[in-house]
Amino acid sequence: MSRASAIEVAGLDVVFGRGRRAFRAVRDASFSVTAGGSFGLVGESGSGKTTVLRALAGLLPPAAGIRGEMRLGGDPLRPARSRALRRRLQMVFQDPYGSLHPRHTVDRILGEPARIHGLDSIDHRIVDALADVGLDASFRFRFPHQLSGGQRQRIAIARALIIEPAIVLLDEPTSALDVSVQAEILNLLQRLRREHALTFVLVSHDLAVVSHMCEALAVMRAGEIIEMVGVEALRAHALQHEYSRELLQAAQGYRSTPAGMAPAEQ
Amino acid sequence: MKRRDPLLVVDGLRVTFDTPRGPVAAVRDVSFVLGREKLGIVGESGSGKSQTGRALLGLLARNGRAAARRLTFDGVDLLRAGEAERRALRGRRIAMILQDPKFSLNPVMTVGEQIVEAFRVHANVSRREARLRALAMLEAVHIREPGHVFDAWPHELSGGMGQRVMIAIMMVPEPDLLIADEPTSALDVTVRLQVLALLDDMLARRGAALIFISHDLGLVGSFCDRVLVMYAGRVVETLRADELQSARHPYTRGLLACQPRVDGDGSDLPTLNRDPAWLR
Repeated sequence: MSRASAIEVAGLDVVFGRGRRAFRAVRDASFSVTAGGSFGLVGESGSGKTTVLRALAGLLPPAAGIRGEMRLGGDPLRPARSRALRRRLQMVFQDPYGSLHPRHTVDRILGEPARIHGLDSIDHRIVDALADVGLDASFRFRFPHQLSGGQRQRIAIARALIIEPAIVLLDEPTSALDVSVQAEILNLLQRLRREHALTFVLVSHDLAVVSHMCEALAVMRAGEIIEMVGVEALRAHALQHEYSRELLQAAQGYRSTPAGMAPAEQ
Repeated sequence: MKRRDPLLVVDGLRVTFDTPRGPVAAVRDVSFVLGREKLGIVGESGSGKSQTGRALLGLLARNGRAAARRLTFDGVDLLRAGEAERRALRGRRIAMILQDPKFSLNPVMTVGEQIVEAFRVHANVSRREARLRALAMLEAVHIREPGHVFDAWPHELSGGMGQRVMIAIMMVPEPDLLIADEPTSALDVTVRLQVLALLDDMLARRGAALIFISHDLGLVGSFCDRVLVMYAGRVVETLRADELQSARHPYTRGLLACQPRVDGDGSDLPTLNRDPAWLR
């Protein structure tokens, strides 16, 4: 495996359930992400994209059957992981309303991972992490319900970054947000990637978001990667697989047939 | 009704909610005239777009009040109409489709029973006749095995299938106006277009009007004839959908500009600077 790869996935299979009720959520998925790169996994619900991300994060239920190989900078990623390995990889979830503890202050939300990983000068880290995501120190003692959706997602990003990971897994990080807030969060993520030399794996159903954020992408359907391309191909609308092209067309909006309904006269 | 008469006249609509901290205005002075057309109402969360739709149906939460200079549907004064009169309009002449069919369908009734019920209430037909019509309705919303889906429970349906069933139920009384609040936001993109095509087809066939409430400016622009853009409870701009790209109001322009594009270059997105003057 090449040394420049931050993440290598080879022949990944994920099976939920056993015997006749077994369901193969991911089938033989292989891809790699270069260090400092941003890789998009695109697909509709049930495509397996989030399952791939959860397998990387080590968040699949213990009963899930995982086969194939996952490596993080050359080190094998197995379900059981050392704390040092876990620190190198963090995840940001879709729903900022569900992913922050409702009864913990921002201070506690950000301080907890730092304490778990035995970091020092936690106070400084919290203030720095807040500043990093564009929030001032006055947010420290607020509760999640006192924040807007965009502010919550900033806190979720700060929580991921406070332990200085190399890789951030992003699961639909802006799909619960208004478009104007989405733009701010996407800009923030891109800036943080540059400043901290982060590697991203971004899961999204939105081809425009993936085109904006990633250098390469895989299109998934029914557990399989059906197409893997560089972002130039996506931007030039040069996807090959029929289903990818269907997704691309759907992203362009509705093509109406003339229905012959006249607007009212004002 | 003559085709050129406006179906709905909304003049100076205000929706206010009483809260422990005093009244909060969610919709402020919204006016529009609706013909037999597809009108989009677009805005971000908190813009008042959903409350506008709910006020038209008289479905505000208990602490909400609607007032207007004029609010008429096909000549009926909705402000003066009693609860019985409004109930007669609801469903029969004005129907509503919500975002997630999982929450709008009755989970303990089969799909077929729910459509049959709609026919029994609105069309006054026998059970047998209602069943036949329900099956035909499932076919009309492009469900391939109507008999199979008729006997299915809502939890057995996919999102797209559920929304087709919702459309079928709502179209039973052949309403003149359909209010759809984010009808496709919970659906996958490819399914979304199929559901929209179906909606388009049903509207055209029955000559009904649509109010399409959505956060998705691009989608509304490509689906509707006309778009109202709402911000902080007000309509800041009304446009023909095909003129969306030449919008004038800085909020509309900002919304258009801050969306990432498939063929963009990946450079930072312009963000929206909210001007206090927009609140007037």
